[in-house]
Amino acid sequence: MKLKLVIVLVMALALASCGGEKPKKDVSGAEPATEKATEAVADADPMANKGIGPISSVTLGEIDQTLVAEGETVFKAKCTACHKISKKFVGPALKGVTQRRSPEWIMNMTLNPEEMIAKDPIAKQLLAEANGAPMANQNITEEEARALLEYFRSKN
Amino acid sequence: MKTIFKYFITFTVVSSWLVSCGDVNSGKSSSQGALSTNAAEKVYVAPGEHDDYYAFISGGFSGQLAVYGLPSGRLFKVIPVFSVDAEKAWGFNEETKPMLNTSHGFIPWDDSHHPDISQTAGELDGRWVFINGNNTPRIAKIDLTTFETTEIIEVPNSAGNHSSSFVTENTEYVVAGTRFSVPFPQRDMPISEYKGNFKGALSFISVDPEDGRMDIKFQIMMPGFDYDLSHPGRGASHGWFFFSTYNTEEANSLLEVNASQNDKDFIAAINWKKIEEYVNNGGGKKVPANYAHNVYDEKTHTATSTMKKEVLVVDPTEVPGAVYFMPTPKSPHGCDVDPSGEYIVGSGKLAAELTVHSFSKMIKAIENEDFDGDAYGIPILSYESTLAGAVKNPGLGPLHTEFDGKGNAYTTFFISSEVVKWKLGTWEVLDRKKTFYSVGHLMIPGGNSRKPFGDYVVAMNKITKDRYLPTGPEVTQSAQLYDISGEKMELLLDFPTVGEPHYAAGIAADIVAKKSKKFFRLEENEHKHAVKSEAESKVVRNGNEVHIYMTMIRSHFAPDNIEGIQVGDKVYFHVTNLEQDYDVPHGISMIGANTSELLIMPGQTESFVWEAKQEGVWPFYCTDFCSALHQEMQGYIRVSPKGSNVPISFTLDGDPVDIE
Repeated sequence: MKLKLVIVLVMALALASCGGEKPKKDVSGAEPATEKATEAVADADPMANKGIGPISSVTLGEIDQTLVAEGETVFKAKCTACHKISKKFVGPALKGVTQRRSPEWIMNMTLNPEEMIAKDPIAKQLLAEANGAPMANQNITEEEARALLEYFRSKN
Repeated sequence: MKTIFKYFITFTVVSSWLVSCGDVNSGKSSSQGALSTNAAEKVYVAPGEHDDYYAFISGGFSGQLAVYGLPSGRLFKVIPVFSVDAEKAWGFNEETKPMLNTSHGFIPWDDSHHPDISQTAGELDGRWVFINGNNTPRIAKIDLTTFETTEIIEVPNSAGNHSSSFVTENTEYVVAGTRFSVPFPQRDMPISEYKGNFKGALSFISVDPEDGRMDIKFQIMMPGFDYDLSHPGRGASHGWFFFSTYNTEEANSLLEVNASQNDKDFIAAINWKKIEEYVNNGGGKKVPANYAHNVYDEKTHTATSTMKKEVLVVDPTEVPGAVYFMPTPKSPHGCDVDPSGEYIVGSGKLAAELTVHSFSKMIKAIENEDFDGDAYGIPILSYESTLAGAVKNPGLGPLHTEFDGKGNAYTTFFISSEVVKWKLGTWEVLDRKKTFYSVGHLMIPGGNSRKPFGDYVVAMNKITKDRYLPTGPEVTQSAQLYDISGEKMELLLDFPTVGEPHYAAGIAADIVAKKSKKFFRLEENEHKHAVKSEAESKVVRNGNEVHIYMTMIRSHFAPDNIEGIQVGDKVYFHVTNLEQDYDVPHGISMIGANTSELLIMPGQTESFVWEAKQEGVWPFYCTDFCSALHQEMQGYIRVSPKGSNVPISFTLDGDPVDIE
């Protein structure tokens, strides 16, 4: 089983190195975007980094209070063990996070923490700041991740 | 892809081995035939690859059930069933203590014997495994989505619950036949008056097709013989159940001699559909009883034990046409039905031949009233009229037979230590292979169904003298794997087992693996002491009981500093694992705890009690290596003198647990 995964990964890498474009899922319904190289992003504008994962594009509107309430419920159940809004805890404080990170990056970090920690320069740096405590995969759904994002927007 | 890779890797490994060995015809390994038989290749499952079959091998006197992979023989898990288990806190935590409740009180041990996998339309469906506790009669059900025991029902009026726990072909019933007959009702009476006064209860436990809930539908009160093993009919014989007997002499002392007097004992043939119909129409008699029914709820993660007070008993003579005896030489043990349902094999432990009865001939004999007397009013069919044939000179001490679905049967011989392959219908012996040593049961995955997976047979041995490195007088128990895909059997592998490998059931891995649960959803956790976020965690005093509602996640507890506990307090830890990630359990234990650690799965809640006996500041810690910072997952409880004015307080990082 694992071997199969390795093969898929190797094939994916081969495709990627050949300049193949990997279609990404788009939650806002826009056209699939292409994946950008992430390695150079550490020193660049963090808001330009969309992270690695299923989310390539998010369209933001006015803050949706219903979604904020859903996000708060998910946050309290599955995130507060490591994140506080007001202060750094195991992970970073989340006040103002939507001003520091792109919405796509936030959702990808929520949905795909293992790969983000392994490959994304900002996530790698945050892991170091957390003394190597990796972000847990809480099996959040895309809908829940979107609601979490809205909750974070309300905490700027 | 998978298979190609497996071959590729095997080829690579074997060829590198060949290269490194140089001359393959010299040295010890070639003299043992390892290379010439390619047995190693056949059991090699490359790192990261999965086995083709699950084998559920009973732990015998360990009281548990072990899960192995085939063909590798690797041990994956020991599922606690009838005995307490420190690794999983089974019988130690508050949630599972009720599972080991019986009419005799909390019984932390049993002798687990015969696992059987649930079936639909005669084929294995991979939903549940049933297994019997032999000593304090019980039947357990294990849920194969979680590989946890979720129900245990005690069986009244029984003793030595051995002829169980086999299921009918739609899992309508799991049976629990008593090996030892006992007074019915139980009472103080002279043992010498056994004959005619002791009874043998054959219990039919219904299984709800939806949730698997068990209930003793009826008990057939049979004559006081020993009911040793059983198997369900299938196909044409579906609706019948067959039980082997010994001690038809009804001896009560030195049975080795006194129960070997009769030339023939019986296989009891029970038409359970007829008895079910009789019961559904108001037949049978409700009699007082006292037995525990223990159910584990996967939403509350908690078991409850209910004492039941009556059971429905059926006198077989009141249901004409439902019960018959088929004479079978001589002290038969195994009672095995072939996949077509036509042949019923009785293994007379002291018989020179292996006796095979024919179901269709049995029906004809019943129609013709071809009887040879009766026993306590139950008709005895004439031996010749039910006989399909006999395997001549098969070996010494036949015990059990399994089938490959290709018209062949495989029988174990305890005394001559061998597995013998023979042909159904012609009764000729086709092959025989040694076992090491004194083999009991054998198992072909799907053997007790209409569709066996006829690739392998597993032989389970009672003795392994000199077969492994010695470990004192007691050496490891073991099983052996044979390839039966060809004309001749081939011994591929020995592997050590937990406890006594008494019996086993096997199933193709893909039927079970795809339904395996990964974690428990926090939203669905209905444990009455669950807290679903750190903000909800708390410490509550109630007299001299203190309840700690705690959460765990990589790599800390919340709260982790607790003060205000006093000497003499009973401290309940109710701990919820907030993880929602596959395969990330956490553990917790407390210094001086008179119990085992808790091993809590993602999304689950468990509880244990710790008694504060001495003043001081005492640590607790995570017992399951959960992350790089696992060592840091710890906390303290301050214990003050009794009557102290230190208030209850609980914090994390110096803050209240609900700080935003």
